[in-house]
Amino acid sequence: MSDVAIRVEGFSQSFGAVRKLKSLDLDVHRNEILGIIGPARSGKSTFLCALNRLNDLVRGSRVEGTITVDGQDIYAPDVDVVALRRKLGMVFATPVPLPRSIYENIAFGARMAGVRSRTKLDSLVRDSLEKGGLWEEVKDRLGTSGLKLSGGQQQRLCLARILAVTPEFILLDEPTSGLDPISTMKIEESLRKLKKDYTIILVTNNTKQAARVADRTAFFLGGELVEVGPTAQIFTAPSDKRTDDYLRGRFG
Amino acid sequence: MRRLGPRVEQKVAQTTLWVMTLVTVGVLLFIIFFILRRGLPVLSLEFLTTNPADMGKAGGIFSTIVGMAVLTLLAILIAAPLGVGTAIYLTEYTWGGPVTRVIRFGAECLAGIPSIIFGLFGFILFVTKLKFGWSILSGGLTLAFMLLPTIIRTSEEAIKSVPPAYRTVSFSLGSTKWQTVTRVVLPSALPGIATGIVLSVGRSIGETAATIFTAGSALRMPTSIFSSTRTMSVHFYILAREGISMPNAYGTAAILIIAILGINILTYYLMNRFIRKYS
Repeated sequence: MSDVAIRVEGFSQSFGAVRKLKSLDLDVHRNEILGIIGPARSGKSTFLCALNRLNDLVRGSRVEGTITVDGQDIYAPDVDVVALRRKLGMVFATPVPLPRSIYENIAFGARMAGVRSRTKLDSLVRDSLEKGGLWEEVKDRLGTSGLKLSGGQQQRLCLARILAVTPEFILLDEPTSGLDPISTMKIEESLRKLKKDYTIILVTNNTKQAARVADRTAFFLGGELVEVGPTAQIFTAPSDKRTDDYLRGRFG
Repeated sequence: MRRLGPRVEQKVAQTTLWVMTLVTVGVLLFIIFFILRRGLPVLSLEFLTTNPADMGKAGGIFSTIVGMAVLTLLAILIAAPLGVGTAIYLTEYTWGGPVTRVIRFGAECLAGIPSIIFGLFGFILFVTKLKFGWSILSGGLTLAFMLLPTIIRTSEEAIKSVPPAYRTVSFSLGSTKWQTVTRVVLPSALPGIATGIVLSVGRSIGETAATIFTAGSALRMPTSIFSSTRTMSVHFYILAREGISMPNAYGTAAILIIAILGINILTYYLMNRFIRKYS
């Protein structure tokens, strides 16, 4: 279990003059769910987008320190960013189906990677939707627009869409913040199942969600990592007073 | 003066806006009605399919329809790829620095230049300097330059209105910049881009000043892009201005209006089908 999949060392991220992440040190273990909690603007999402280099798309993005994924420095000059992003799939806070059919949403990543065979795509779509827990609900209407699904279904569509690019890691940025309790439950259920095949990082505003699904939990504050440890320990006996304050709702 | 009550205020505002709309639509309908009433009686299949004779006093307008179509087609074939390409570059491939702003400002200034200046420019550059003569080529290039700013501007707006989240999602699913632009951004922006192009077709069809200096006013059927030609708008202008034949002038005008209406309706129909497919 303690096989290190991602190692973050002295990592800082700035946009122009603003330093959003300050010298982080953190390990992510293979096949775990790492929960990241913290108040708004604490750098949780920025951290996720540093892992798949989506921050590159923001003007003035600059990094220091290193992040290694499977032993490879992802900010090295010769890194294939497109391949990196396929390896670390990301689900965003607001579900964003692309304006096309359910089928084409799932097949999108594979098509971009050059898969043409219809049978391959068919089985990929089915497989991914099953893993994302959406197959039963949409199997008869794969041709309808992804935009016509409900919010919860859209988010599971986005999860399934990520699975279709066969990543090793799943990054989730507050995936249930806009969803009702039942949809939330379904997503959490999927995550628990996915854990055996994937390494999952779950950013959440809902500390209870971290308590429910995360193996280990990290607490971010003001762009710094305050502490990280087994979820049970963070929630019952945090070593830092700020973590305790946050979990008790004294701020944030 | 006492302030009006909110309910009265609302009534007054609604009525005012209603009258404004009515005036706008009224003027438009009046123009169309005015032209069609005078033009329609002249129209016949023969008018459409025979070439003008006796300076346009007799015969039809076939060669001017061909002239207009070929000139517009050439102009759009040049301007659309250039304009859309520029718009993609400005919106997707730059961070919006000073250079981008200068290009954009330049395009906007270009859009405000009167078409007769473009005509003069085209005459000096294409007709005399490059020795293309009065020809479809000179006219098409001139029109293309005239249309470029509009196409760039409308395409840019259309591309910018594509939700940024689509791009992020596309990148996060491992697509390259080019794939994101061609498979995600452009399909979503296409209705807006197409609207800009259709507007340009309309402008190009209606353009007189820029084409009379560059494509000339020959009534013969053009045989190559080096032939001089006369567009319908120029034909109308000459017929009316020289008092050659008012009935034929109105006939030409009626066809112009019908053509533009037809193109617009066809485009909206195609757009609707496209939008339904993509959402």
